[in-house]
This record gives sequence, structure tokens and C-alpha cells, in this order.
Amino acid sequence: MKLDSMYQEVILDHYKHPHGRGLRDGDAEVHHVNPTCGDEITLRVKYDGETIADVSYEGQGCSISQASASVLNDLLVGKELGEAHKIQEAFLELMQSKGQLEPDETMEELLEDAVAFAGVSKYPARVKCALLSWMAWKDATAQALSEGKTA
Amino acid sequence: MTDARQGLSGLLDTEAIRKDFPILDRTVHDGKKLVYLDSAATSQKPRQVLDALNEYYERHNANVHRGVYTIAEEATALYEGARDKVAAFINAPSRNEVIFTKNASESLNLVANMLGWADEPYRVDSDTEIVTTEMEHHSNIVPWQLLSQRTGAKLKWFGITDDGRLDLSDIDEVITEKTKIVTLTLVSNIMGTINPVEKIIRRAQQVGALVCVDASQAAPHMVLDVQALQADFVAFTGHKMVGPTGIGVLWGRQELLEDLPPFLGGGEMIETVSMHSSTYAPAPHKFEAGTPPIAQAVGLGAAVDYLSAIGMENIHHHEQAITAYAVKRLLEVPDLRIIGPATAEDRGATISFTLGDIHPHDVGQVLDEQGIAVRVGHHCARPVCLRYGIPATTRASFYLYSTPAEVDALVDGLEHVRNFFG
Repeated sequence: MKLDSMYQEVILDHYKHPHGRGLRDGDAEVHHVNPTCGDEITLRVKYDGETIADVSYEGQGCSISQASASVLNDLLVGKELGEAHKIQEAFLELMQSKGQLEPDETMEELLEDAVAFAGVSKYPARVKCALLSWMAWKDATAQALSEGKTA
Repeated sequence: MTDARQGLSGLLDTEAIRKDFPILDRTVHDGKKLVYLDSAATSQKPRQVLDALNEYYERHNANVHRGVYTIAEEATALYEGARDKVAAFINAPSRNEVIFTKNASESLNLVANMLGWADEPYRVDSDTEIVTTEMEHHSNIVPWQLLSQRTGAKLKWFGITDDGRLDLSDIDEVITEKTKIVTLTLVSNIMGTINPVEKIIRRAQQVGALVCVDASQAAPHMVLDVQALQADFVAFTGHKMVGPTGIGVLWGRQELLEDLPPFLGGGEMIETVSMHSSTYAPAPHKFEAGTPPIAQAVGLGAAVDYLSAIGMENIHHHEQAITAYAVKRLLEVPDLRIIGPATAEDRGATISFTLGDIHPHDVGQVLDEQGIAVRVGHHCARPVCLRYGIPATTRASFYLYSTPAEVDALVDGLEHVRNFFG
């Protein structure tokens, strides 16, 4: 069934048992909303030099948006900023692929659980859900860096 | 047929009606029959309306109110004929009180701007108050927030009760001598609530305030009689009442339309123009700057003919029967909570609900896979979601072509959703 390509087991697992949920200490906090559906996320980033010490979040939204935030936490915490940006860009590319991109080995290694979102990219209305936390992370990181707290 | 479906009275002959709506024959997702339950967002269009649009473009297309040639006269007659039809449909005392806009949002923005630029006694300024409700569509909130910000007028609100009704317990404090305009919806687009506007209009009249009614969710579904309603302005849109997109209506009382200033300037709305200044055409043309949506108005005229031939009373009875059945069936679904009136009384055929912890987005996606089209989100009425502490709802809305079998399909679909996320 087509629906299973969107709601992969991995996604439903992250949705039911989110990783790293809850707000903790951070260098910057952002609040992002998806105005068409009302999904919301509050996200904080904590940097230890160039290393992501923590990404904490609280929000409400559909399974896709919530699972995506959980996967983001898994993938980015502990990574160097440069590596994290690479992961974020790869995820963005996958989500904008309209279902046309078959993730290769490099991408699979980079994205781990996040490749499960490939099926979501076929549903234009849901791509924004998957990207909500990633855009929030990018924004929070920019703010944290501009405030010079990571120097 | 389930037992519960037997004995439903007041239903229209949907088998015949559905033949008029080509799209209802469509299948989606590998042969699943389309179950369209999103008529509150936009209605489907009958062949009669599609034919009118086509015939207009194929036979009569010309700009209106300008040419002296045959088809220009025909286009003008068709456009103005549509105005006559709409005026009759809402029982307007005069056809000149019917202004064509592009949608209800434009109609409501037009009223807000008329009042912002008006002279006394209509002028909204920092000494005056605007009253609206927590139940409004964003299109009846944001124009008034803009007006309030620009003029300094205070924006006041009627709240809503736990069961989705307007809370009028403080009506005398909300509507006061300072109130210049009260603007509210006749039927809620998210909860289906039919509001007791008469009571509000009476209070507004006591203090000399104008009343603007958003009838977007009323005009398609019930008899709308602007004289009986006694409001000063009534706004609605064509595409929710089997008409095309791109055409809306603002009805206003004639003396107000004469007194109030135009908002958009341009061709069509003038009497004489010099480089120094201009004088304006009488209403409704004063408020219809530029080439209007001609084909769309003609299409709306055909829509009004279509609805009138079936009869608005009959449509209303049909929807009441479907709504009563839908409320009953939905309440049988475990973990389902109706947001808004959980009975069939004083409500339209729009039902919002939540389903346990399953997000409406996920509900809508799994329903779509079964061919069922519902709306999910905050339905451009985010204050209502905030009021009930929920991020969003799933909304099913019914119309003259909706059947009890489609209610059953929805209920079965929701069972499937629960299993999927269970």
C-alpha cells in the first residue's frame, strides 16, 4: 500500500517514542509554525565550541513532524557543525526530490533513520511537516552563532 | 444500508443531483470512489454552472458596460442579469445593493475600508470600538485588526462557550455606545454553529452600531433573506455555493452605499474624471473598480438558478438530516470528540472533531488513501483551536450532494485510521 511508503515503521517508532524530547538548557531558542496546519515546534540548540551539545524541543504536530524532530535529535547531537550542515542539506535535498531520488549509499550513511522520510517527499503537503524541525534547527543555529556564544 | 440510515427523512434525491456533478464520479488512488467531504472549503460545481461559463466564453465574451456592439451588450446583460438573480436569491430590496467582489474576504475588507475612510457618522476612529467574535474565519478578523491598528479603534470580542456557542452573557458590555460596527459570522466555518444574530443585531441597533454578517457558510445552505436578517452588510462567496471561484458578493443597505466612500479606484467606478478630481458612479458600480469577474458572475447566476430550482429549504432539510446522522455515527467512534455543538440543533453541516491523540494531518492522510477528502488543520479559525487547546481538527462538511453512505464511509475510514495508528 502506498501509505506505508510514507508511514515507515521507523517513522512511527520515532513518533510513538520520540528521542530527546523536552526543553533543556540552550544557547538559542526558536519557535516555528507551519501556518497551513498549525504544527508548532519550540527548539533550543546548545553548542560546545563547534560541537552540537544538545538539541532539545517541544512541539505539537502530526506524526511526520514529530518523528522528524526525533530523528534530528538522534542525528545531530554530538556532531560537528560542518557535518551537521551536510546532513541538513542532504535531508533537504531528499525532501525536495518529489519521490524521484533513490538515496545512494553515501546518503544512507549520512542520513541513517532519516532516509525513511524519502516516501514523504511524494506528498507535497507533508514535506513542510518533515522540514519543520530542520528549519527550526538551522534558524536556532544561526542565532546562536550570531550571538557569539559558540566562539 | 445500516439500520440507522433507514428512516432518515428530508433527504434530497442525491442520485439525480450527483449526476449533475461530474467530479463526483471520479476515483482516486487506484479506483477508490471519491468521497468529497470538504464542501465548507469549496463546493463542487454542477454541469449547469460549467456550461454557463463555457457558453459565456464561447458565445458572448466582451467587456461590460463599454461597447456598443452586439456581444458587448450581451455580456453586459448577462453580467447585470447575474446581479438580478443574486438580488432575488437574498431578497435584496434593490439590485443596486448587490456588489460583486472576488470573494467574501474582499467583501469584508471592503466594508472595513469603507468605514475607515468614511466621514461621520460612520467613521471608525480612536474613540470608537469594533466588535467581532472568537469564532470568526480569519477573513473576518484580520481586516478588522488592520482597521483597528490604522485608526486606533478598540477591537472587542465575544467569546465562545465549551459547547461551541457564542457567549452572549456580556452582550451589554461588549456592544456599547462606542461601538461603530459589529461583525460576525452567521454560521461557523469550523464548528458549524448557527449563531443567534438577531439578538446581536437588536443590541447593535439600540446603540446605533452597524452590523456586518459573514454569510459565507450560510448562503450555500439555507434561505438567506437580507431584509429579514436586518443587518447592514452581508458578505458571501460564490465558490462555496456551487458557483465558480473568483466571485463574491457584498450586499449593503442602499443609503449606506450612497454615503460611504469607495475603496478601490479605477475604471467602471467613476462618473467623470479630470486631472484635478473625479466623481463616482452610483452604487454598486462605485465599488466595482476595473473589469469585473464577468464570467464568474455569470457562473454565480447559474449557481443561484441551480440552487433555487432545488429549493434552499429543501437543501437545508437535507443537510439537517445528514448532519443528525453524521453526529450520531461519529459519536459512536471511540476517542472521537466533536469540537463545537455535539448535537444537530442550530448547527450547519460542518463537523470538526479530534480523534484521540492522532494528529488531524495523519487522520486526513489515511482517509485520503481511502478516497475520502476532509479538511485538516485550523481552518483559518485559529482562535477557535486555541480556545479548545487543540492544534487542529479534522473537519467533514456536507452539502446537497452528500449521502448517508458517505457518512458511513467516513466512519469506516476513521476505524481504519485508529487501527493504523493504534
